[in-house]
Order: sequence, then structure tokens, then C-alpha cells
Amino acid sequence: MVLFVFVVMMLNLGTKAREEERQWLAGGAWIGPVILSALLLLEVIYLIARVGTYGNTGGVADPKQIGIALYGPYLVGVELSSMLLLGALVGACHLGRPAPTRKEVRG
Amino acid sequence: MTVIPMSHGLILGGVLFALGLAGLLMRRNLLFILISLEIMLNGAGVAFVAAGSRWGQPDGQIMFLFILAAAAAEVSVGLALLLRFYRLHNTLDADSTSEMRG
Amino acid sequence: MLELLWLVPAIPFASALLLAVLRLSRKAVAWIAVGSIAASSMVSLLVTVSYLLAPPAANSYTQVLGRWFDVGGLHPDIALYLDPLSLIMVVVVAFVSFLIHIYSTEFMIEDEGYARFFAYMNLFVASMLTLLLADNLLLLYLGWEGVGLCSYLLIGFWYRDVENGLAGRKAFIVTRVGDTALLIGLFLLFHELGTLNIQELMQQASQHWPIGSAAATTAALLLLGGAVGKSAQLPLQTWLPDAMAGPTPVSALIHAATMVTAGVYLIARTHILFSLAPQAQFAVAVVGAATLLMAGFSALTQWDLKRVLAYSTISQIGYMFLALGVGAWPAAIFHFMTHAFFKALLFLGAGIVIQSLGEEHNIFRMGGLRKQLPIAFWTFLIAGLSLAGLPLITAGAFSKDWILWGALSAAHGSVTFWAVALVGVLLTSLYTFRMIFLVFFGEAHSQVTKRAGKAMYIPCLILGLLSIVGGYVEGPFARFLDTVLPWNAGNIHAVPITEIASEVIATLVFLLGTYVAYILFLRKPAYTAMLGSSSAGGVLHRFWFSDWGMDWLNDRLFVRPLVWLAQVDKNDFVDAFYAGVAGITEITWSVLRRTETGKLRLYAAGIAAGSIVFIAVVLFL
Repeated sequence: MVLFVFVVMMLNLGTKAREEERQWLAGGAWIGPVILSALLLLEVIYLIARVGTYGNTGGVADPKQIGIALYGPYLVGVELSSMLLLGALVGACHLGRPAPTRKEVRG
Repeated sequence: MTVIPMSHGLILGGVLFALGLAGLLMRRNLLFILISLEIMLNGAGVAFVAAGSRWGQPDGQIMFLFILAAAAAEVSVGLALLLRFYRLHNTLDADSTSEMRG
Repeated sequence: MLELLWLVPAIPFASALLLAVLRLSRKAVAWIAVGSIAASSMVSLLVTVSYLLAPPAANSYTQVLGRWFDVGGLHPDIALYLDPLSLIMVVVVAFVSFLIHIYSTEFMIEDEGYARFFAYMNLFVASMLTLLLADNLLLLYLGWEGVGLCSYLLIGFWYRDVENGLAGRKAFIVTRVGDTALLIGLFLLFHELGTLNIQELMQQASQHWPIGSAAATTAALLLLGGAVGKSAQLPLQTWLPDAMAGPTPVSALIHAATMVTAGVYLIARTHILFSLAPQAQFAVAVVGAATLLMAGFSALTQWDLKRVLAYSTISQIGYMFLALGVGAWPAAIFHFMTHAFFKALLFLGAGIVIQSLGEEHNIFRMGGLRKQLPIAFWTFLIAGLSLAGLPLITAGAFSKDWILWGALSAAHGSVTFWAVALVGVLLTSLYTFRMIFLVFFGEAHSQVTKRAGKAMYIPCLILGLLSIVGGYVEGPFARFLDTVLPWNAGNIHAVPITEIASEVIATLVFLLGTYVAYILFLRKPAYTAMLGSSSAGGVLHRFWFSDWGMDWLNDRLFVRPLVWLAQVDKNDFVDAFYAGVAGITEITWSVLRRTETGKLRLYAAGIAAGSIVFIAVVLFL
């Protein structure tokens, strides 16, 4: 989430963006999306309610247990997610570079 | 700890998901689209945690960890792309680029 | 000697092949072509002599050359069948072809398609002989198709002129209609009786089919359809006048003496079948009678010399059909023989006249050729008298009188048929002498530019002789044919007049016609012209000139609807179904491409909506 804050700071959007936003959010722009998401919500609630009784939450899982599970059965998942984060890191670095100027491209 | 029925937790996840979806469809600013996407991911995570808590096992929370990791990766790349987008088009309007239309 | 029979059609086949394949000088072509027909005639004479000296058992001789095919119970042989009927026809056809070939060597001498002409002519003679000698109807049909093909090729011989090609096409298509009827008849016969061998067929038919049965009548009518097409009778006679576009020897050989008589031969060959179907036989007689009248009227109005002769041919074959229809079978064959002589001679003479005047066909522009072309005149006159029926000295009179007598007294004859035939005699002498007077008498409107040579005159002289003496063999002829085509006293029913009286009446009618022609066309041509240009006369003239409107009728009834159908189908509307599939695909594409907007939020909305629908389907269905 912090990343969002950083990006907002970097973009330095200013009043122009606020005007745009007011324009864009005006009018009946929200009717379609609200209907769609409401329908989806209704379906999900229906699905959940259909099952009947679930049981109750309240069981606590210790961090110790989580740690053991991470190094146990979910080891591969951890490794994979680390690789994923590495890929994201590399990609973000590359994409975040300044765009090449005309001179550099021609050379 | 007060006992919360699992269905409430699941419904909470569903509500979060729907709100995120509505935000994603409503907003034209790319930044807010990405934020709405985060909300949807968190909604799914809540459902996982509620389920894990019901059975008293760590699996739910582990799933949430993985979801978070993936969300972080996705957000970082997405924001980098957004920066590029802004530099290219000088606007964050998602509807402004529709060059891939048929 | 009878074993040499197969050479009769084989030699012309071989020579046709040689002429088609090799490039030879004109002289070589002429020698091969004429020589092959001469050889064929010699062999046929040898066969005749040996047949007469030692008649084979049951008066018929079959020479089997091999099995053609054996499929599904049909196993026709390539076999030649010789009996008095086929013997007479083969001899006449071979001999007349021989004379016409000699004539053609000089007639076509300047044409560049010399070898092609003789190849086609020889192929024609070979096919015709195959047709006549065929043992089974399938081999006969082969010859039938062969002569049809050669007729088309020879009518459109001068193919560079589009009109000739169209005339050939018309002939082929009209006879095709008849050929189809014949083929269906063959199917019917094979299906019902299990064989196509002619003798076996006749036997099976008389055993299995009672007189007047539907099967016999249908089969006979279908065979009649085929005969009508080939012999240019009503309603398929429209092709013969246009067929005059071909060279004159072609008209003489194919469209006077031989091919057009194939129909007569077919009916005579299968006459037992026709005896089993009296209604069909009556139809034959009616067709013959109607045609001879219609063509006679049409011949009166034509100005093209060859077209007069064409309509005359149609009319005379009508006489032969009439004879077949009333049951006077040998009379029809006798008339075929005499007609072959004098009609071929008329055409050859017309060829001499037309070539001498530099391709002039219009008889109103001829005249006075009596002095300038004496031999042509005398031979033409003899043939014309034979056609019209001058008694006692011309062959045609004998055969025509026999037919008249048969029309009156034969098994199915009646006074009506006799009267119709008499009117035909009047018309015949009228148009014949109109033709002769306008061409050879009166004042000359055109000059003779070219003289014909020996090769053209000698066949005319020989045919002229035959036109005179050919009739005297009537007695032996009838006796010879008696085993195949009976004409006995049992055939005849009592009539009010005797045969001699009928002949006298016919002679009187002939003289009347000649006199009227003399008055109308020689003494008072102005009066005739006035008749023709009067309103009623003009209408009649135009009606008869256009062959009683048959061409117009065919055009309206058949040609135009077919052409219209072809135009409608020009864009192949059946194909529209397949094009329609492609069209629907295109429409679907143009609708669906509107969903590819490139706008992110719309895609997301699409995913959301799709998942809603999907979940709903899973939940509720």
C-alpha cells in the first residue's frame, strides 16, 4: 500500500487531476457497475446461504504453527512466491527507468 | 474471543469483493483501478482466513500470506507500468488508450 | 460367301479411320473413299448372290463377331443379321452411297476439307450399315447414334459460317429427343422381356404380351418416337429443311436416301411388336398421313431449291410411315428403294444446277436451263416424274400405287387414308412440276458459269436409269420379302374398287397436278404472283412457308423456357446456400467486433457479467 503513496507523490498530479476526476465521476457512470456488483454479491450470498450451517470461527492458529507449516508442507509455495517477488522486483526496476530519449534510440 | 459464524466471515469477503469490483468498473483513473483491485484481493483473503479459523488450522492464513505476496508483486509491476503510462500519455485516463480495438 | 458379311460395314470403318489419321493427296483420298464403298458394295453383291443361290435355314443368317459385354443379365453380341429385309436395304444403301461418293469426288474438289468430308461420309456409311445389319437393338442404337453424329458433322461441314453450325446443332438436338424416346423404349423392352436381340424380342413379345396390352403399346410408341426423330416426321421434322445447309451430296445421301429411312427400317424390323399394339400402329399411320400433307403444302411455297426437295423428302417418308401404319410393310420398303433412287438423283441434279449457276439456290432466279444443262434437265425430269408418279415407266409410280392400294385395302387401311394419300399425290405433282418449270423452263434469269464433269453426270445417269426400271421388280420384290414382311391375301379386306381402278385414279390426280402446275407457273405466272400477294393467299403462303409454324411453336414452347431457366440459374442460386453460410459468418463478425473496443473497463465489465451469468446457470439450471 505504501507503494501507492510513493507513486502518488512521484506523479505529482495536482489540481488538473482533481478536475478530471470530478468530470469522470459525474452522471450516471455508477449505475451499471453498481448493478453488476450487486448481482454478483447477491449470487455469492445465495451460494453461501445455501449450504446451511458452517460452524463457527474462533480457532486460533499460533504464529508458531504457521511457521512450522510454512517450512513444512508449503515450502515449495514459499520458494515460488519468492521467485515471483524477485521477478516483480526486476520488472519494476526495468520499467521504472527513465524512457530513452530520441538520441539514444537512434544511436 | 467472541464466536463469529463462518458464514459472516465469508459474506464479509464477498462484500469487500463486490465493492472492489464496483470501484474498478466505475473509476477511470488507473491508480484507483489498481487500488480497487487490491480491495478485491483482500476480500478473497478474508474469506480464506475465516475458513482457516473455523478449522483451527494455519492453512487459511498461509493462503492469505501467499495472496499478499502475489498482490505485492502485482502492484509493484502495475505501478511501474502506470508511471510509464503517465510519462507517455500525460494522463491517467484508462479510456484514453483504446488502440487495440477491433 | 456369307461369312464375308462383316466386311460390309468394316471396310468403310477402316477407310474412315485411315482418312482421318493420314494426310493424303486429293487423289489418294478419293480413291480410298470411293474404293472402300465400292468394295463394300461388291461384297454386299457377293453376299446377295450367295444368299439367293443357297438361302440359309429359316431365311436368315447370323454372323456373331464377339460378345460386346455381359452386365446384369444384358449380354448383347456384336452380331450381324442377314435376312431379306436387311439384305435389300444394305444393297440399296451401299450402291447409292457408292454413286454419291463418285459424284462428291468432283463436287467437293475445290474444298479444303476434302479428306475430312470423305472421312465423315465413310464413317456415316459404316454406321448406317451397322444399323441395318445389327442383330440386337443395342448395336442398332450404336449405328443410330453414329449416323446422328455424322449427320451433325456433315451438316455443319462448312463450320466457318455460324449458320451451318446452328443448323447442325438443331438437327442433333431434335433427333436427340427421338433418340431419348428410343432409349427409354429399349429400357422398357429389356426390363419386360429380358433381351435386346431382335428376333428373340419379337418372339418373347408375341408370347407374353396380348394384343393391345399397355406394355406393347408403350414400347411401340417409344420406338415410334425414336423413328419420328430420325426420319423427320411430325412433330420432330423441323431439322430437315435447315439441314440443307450442308453440302449437296450430304443432303443426297443422308437426308434423302439413307439416314432418314432408318426410322422406317426400325419400325419394319420390329413390325411384330407393332402388330401387337394396334393403337401404336394407328399412330404410325396418322403421323405418316399428317406429315405427308403438311410437308406437301410447305413444299409448294419454298423458293430454295434444296428446301423444296427437303420437304418433299419429309412428305415421301410420310408415305412410308403411312404404309407401315396400315400394315403394308413391303410397300414401305419398296418405296424406300425407289425413293432412294429418284430423291438422290433429284439432289444430285440440284447440286449440278446450283454449282453451275455459281451457288444460286433461289428457283425464281433460275430458268431456261433446259437448253444449257441438257443432261441435268433430262435426269432431273425423270426423277421428278418418278417422284410425282408417272405410271408404267417410272419406278416411283409402282411404289406409290402399292402404297395407295395398301392405304385402302390393307389390314388397317381405310378410305380416309387413301384419300389423304391421293391429296398427297396432287401436292407432289404440283410442287415437283413447279420446281421443274421454274428451274428449267421459262426465260433464264441467271447464266451458267461452270460446267460439271463426267464424275457428276454418270451417277446421275445411272440413277436415272434405276428410277425408270426400278419399279419392274415389284413382283419378285414382294415374293422375296414375303418371309419377313408378309403381304398376302389374308391382309386385305374387301374394298369397293379394284387395284387397277385405284391406280387409274392416282394417275388422273397426277395429271391434274401437272396441268395445274403448268398453268400456274408457266402460262400465267402473273396470276400466281397475284394469288400469293392477296391477303388470304399471303397468310397461307407465309404459314406454309414457315412449315406450319412449327419452328415458332418449338421456340415458344421449349427453347424460350429453357433459356429463361438457364438465365435464372446463371448465378447458380443453389450456390447461394453456401454463399449464405459465408454471409452469416460475416454478419456475426461485424456484430461481434463492436465488443472489441480496447477499453479496459468494458473488458472488466464483460468478465463480471460473464461470471454472473455463468454462476446463475450453474445454480439454477
